[in-house]
Amino acid sequence: MKNNYDVLVIGGGPAGAVAAKTAVEKGLSACIVEKRPAIGAPVRCAEGIGKEALCEFIDPDPCWISAEMTGAGIVAPDGFLMELESKFAGNKVGYILDRKFFDRELVWRAAEAGVDVAVKSRASAPIMENGCVKGAKIECCGTVAKVTASVVIAADGVESKFSRWCGIDTTVPIREIMSSVQYLMADIDINPHITVFYLGNEVAPEGYLWVFPKGERCANVGIGISGKKSGEGHRAKDYLDWFVKKSFPDGKPIEYIAGGVSVCRPLDCTVADGLMIVGDAARVVDPLTGGGIYNGMFTGRLAAEVAAECIGTCDVSKTALMKYDKTWRASKMGKAIERNYHIKEYLIRQPDAKLNEIIHSVSKLNLKDFSTLSLIKEIIRVNPKLMLELGTLAASIR
Amino acid sequence: MLKVHRDICGYCGCCVSVCSEGALELIDAYLCVEKSCTSCGICAKVCPLGALEVVHEK
Repeated sequence: MKNNYDVLVIGGGPAGAVAAKTAVEKGLSACIVEKRPAIGAPVRCAEGIGKEALCEFIDPDPCWISAEMTGAGIVAPDGFLMELESKFAGNKVGYILDRKFFDRELVWRAAEAGVDVAVKSRASAPIMENGCVKGAKIECCGTVAKVTASVVIAADGVESKFSRWCGIDTTVPIREIMSSVQYLMADIDINPHITVFYLGNEVAPEGYLWVFPKGERCANVGIGISGKKSGEGHRAKDYLDWFVKKSFPDGKPIEYIAGGVSVCRPLDCTVADGLMIVGDAARVVDPLTGGGIYNGMFTGRLAAEVAAECIGTCDVSKTALMKYDKTWRASKMGKAIERNYHIKEYLIRQPDAKLNEIIHSVSKLNLKDFSTLSLIKEIIRVNPKLMLELGTLAASIR
Repeated sequence: MLKVHRDICGYCGCCVSVCSEGALELIDAYLCVEKSCTSCGICAKVCPLGALEVVHEK
């Protein structure tokens, strides 16, 4: 690690790795600092990503893909299963990654492109000058190094602190944090190519429970519930254990992880003088699905592209960096976040009986372009009444 | 004051994201509680594992 870079990236997840790699490809010097001693561990993720979304950044490689998905199922509160399949039977629609290896691959590629990487190195404070971020103090094994940079990219995840130290409020409202737990379970009976989502206030209040296959008899079995609904005796772990006891009584957990997923709106502003915020730290997780891998990589790449332009013109002010904020908000990703936020807000207000009614109305769907939007469109098509109930939201779905 | 049950904590950072005081920080596998903690208990409520407890001093 040197003491000055064009771009200093805080965090070595997918967002940080793509940001740093993009920066060096644009001719900048860049360094990733990762507070943990290993890239990719521990992973706090259900590891699902759509095929098209993944392929926009990297060609699929069996080294870091656990399983290929051909469809999905949604289980209504009453236990009814709605199956979703691609119009083309057997068509791969998504992947369950092995994030331990995926994250390493991304950082590996960044390193080979010329990015410096420091692990077990924690940004403990920003270096500020006249209100402008100029770098960070990096703690590593008892020493503190001052690393200056033209632009700092905060990619420090859900537990992000860096942008807060720079004066940006990143607090997630309690009702909009998904309090989550997941087991990687072995030796269970599953369909190994279908992701299954369980809905309902008794299964996962204001959230959902997932079974994402990792192999023939192995899956990420996890749950996220609203922080508002969490409390002593009815936490995410309690709900998950109830489900596992009932559904996979003989399954063997071989990994146990907890997590928090924000399903709020993104930060009001994702830049400041000398600072850009990307991925989970910017709260750009999809509020409906909780998916954040693609959005992290998308914002990471875009931030580095805008940083390169701004460094090129020697203007890294908030005003100049705002191009990043405006561009991602206007992008397909930004619009999907806004739309899915409204859909999530609608769905969490529905009682189980209403969810049953909606899901029963569509027994089996063949989707043209396997996406949450096409699913919502199909549900509305067979429930024309829903259009009225959705009110102003309906316009954003057409 | 806020007590961290370290045998239960999964060091996931869920609590850090909801703390409006910015009083929590996850340093690798160690959750730190800073002096600015007001013992509001939001973190204890959202913790997926039940690792946090507000202990009222007598």
